[in-house]
Amino acid sequence: MSSATTTADSNERRSGSPSLRFADWLTAWGKLTIESLIAFGDFALFCYRTLVWLFTRFPRFETLWPNFHQVGVSSLPVIALTGTFIGMVLAVQSYFQFRQLGLETRLGGVINLTLVRELGPVLAATMLAGRVGSAMAAELGTMRVTEQIDALTAMGANPVRYLVVPRFLACLLLIPTLTIMADFMGVAGGHFYSVMVLNIDLHHYWYNSAQFVGNYDLFVGIFKSVFFGGAIAMVSCYQGFNCSAGAEGVGRAATASFVYSFVSILILDLILGIALDAIYFTYHPEGAQLF
Amino acid sequence: MIETILSSEAPLLEVRGLSVSFGTQAVLRDISLQIPVGQTLVLLGESGCGKTVLLKNMIGLLRPTAGQVLFDEIDIHRLDERALTQLRLRCGFVFQNAALFDSMTIAQNIAFPLRQHTELRWPQIRERVLSLLQDVGLPADVLAKRPAELSGGMRKRVGLARALIMNPELVLYDEPTTGLDPIMTDVINQLILRTRRKHPVTSVVVTHSMETARRVPDRVVMLYPLSRLRPDETQIVFDGTPEALHQSRDRRVKQFVQGEAGQRLMELVGEA
Repeated sequence: MSSATTTADSNERRSGSPSLRFADWLTAWGKLTIESLIAFGDFALFCYRTLVWLFTRFPRFETLWPNFHQVGVSSLPVIALTGTFIGMVLAVQSYFQFRQLGLETRLGGVINLTLVRELGPVLAATMLAGRVGSAMAAELGTMRVTEQIDALTAMGANPVRYLVVPRFLACLLLIPTLTIMADFMGVAGGHFYSVMVLNIDLHHYWYNSAQFVGNYDLFVGIFKSVFFGGAIAMVSCYQGFNCSAGAEGVGRAATASFVYSFVSILILDLILGIALDAIYFTYHPEGAQLF
Repeated sequence: MIETILSSEAPLLEVRGLSVSFGTQAVLRDISLQIPVGQTLVLLGESGCGKTVLLKNMIGLLRPTAGQVLFDEIDIHRLDERALTQLRLRCGFVFQNAALFDSMTIAQNIAFPLRQHTELRWPQIRERVLSLLQDVGLPADVLAKRPAELSGGMRKRVGLARALIMNPELVLYDEPTTGLDPIMTDVINQLILRTRRKHPVTSVVVTHSMETARRVPDRVVMLYPLSRLRPDETQIVFDGTPEALHQSRDRRVKQFVQGEAGQRLMELVGEA
């Protein structure tokens, strides 16, 4: 009897009855929603545990130092290189259009403002997510797969305190310096290409830069980078901790850490951009009526 | 008929009605065990029957779906993180593939628990590390090496030294001889026995090896995969001495002891 009912059900399903198709669609979406909520809750709990450990027992110097070196010192060359080229590319891309309008001396303002507010922090964070975030996910994923994380727990060392908090602190505290480096090298690259190659007048280039770029713009870029750093560390460590078994699992965790970190950077950039502009215009209403 | 070893001594570790599931897949069902102080127990069973899951539940690395694990009459799954950490310091765990930290040297690996939980200075720690290294038969020149530079047998012995450095009351071994040659298997078996002679420890050894099951324990418990049992059958199909294991008339125990595929091969080929 039961098997006859099942056969009838599967026949109806195959025949594509609209009500059954809708039920399937609804089931799939329901399942996806529940899984997403569980994953988000799990991630939120992971972040909470990290913050609790950060404020209850500060990690030892010997666990902090290697992470600070990895995130800060080892990332400097690639971030400096990226910043330099982005500055030069901005000059290349903007010059032709600005020359059409006879505004090439304004290039300094546009390049430097774009760099310190947006491209410096976002590209520094993206490079960090690619270079350090993926490595963190792969390292922690390998530790998970080879039971090293279980070994830490078995020996009475909390893995979140021992592995996540130092990485979180390294990303959070060092990304502002990396952003400043990206900004500085980008400004230098833009200056080099605009003044040395495109022969834009040096005085006007920097005069317009000073007109366009204020301290608040520099602050916005550096302030945003702190959030990017925190997001990269949390996403990467979470992916590593929840890595599935095998080489494929580790590879997937590394890829997912970069993708989710990058998406987080973009979302945070938008939200923080809107919020920081709103704060600025609240205290400087004249800024909104510049033109 | 299951032969059970009863002891008048209070158990150091007691498992009461333990059930573990991962999602919809049940791995352990209603397991109950009492392990008295000083006993060496071997948990035997085919791959996938839940031996390692049971072992990890004994130290709180995994949480049960139902049931309790009592260590010295304390339910470990009801403890907060701090109390559980303190309790774990009384246990040592030897992992299947040693689980040495590959970013550290051998000296740092063995010394890790002491550096985390004591205020001892490095010369004292080094002395203790060297003594343990000697106990497990490794030369002092491995101290500066990384785990990747050692053979599988050496890594397992380093794992054993690390597990013993806090003078634990309970040592849990997860397949300590898997993947080793017969000589190294015997070395590890002898080390487990020597550890027991030198320190008054209670041990639980998870293994597939009949040689380990014959030589090491006071008591053998054999688990059977839940997927092959009827709902009314118990998952512990043998609980007795190593001698009794070899004389057991239970078909499932005999098949495992004699290492015969029997009808299992036909089932697998049929499935394929």
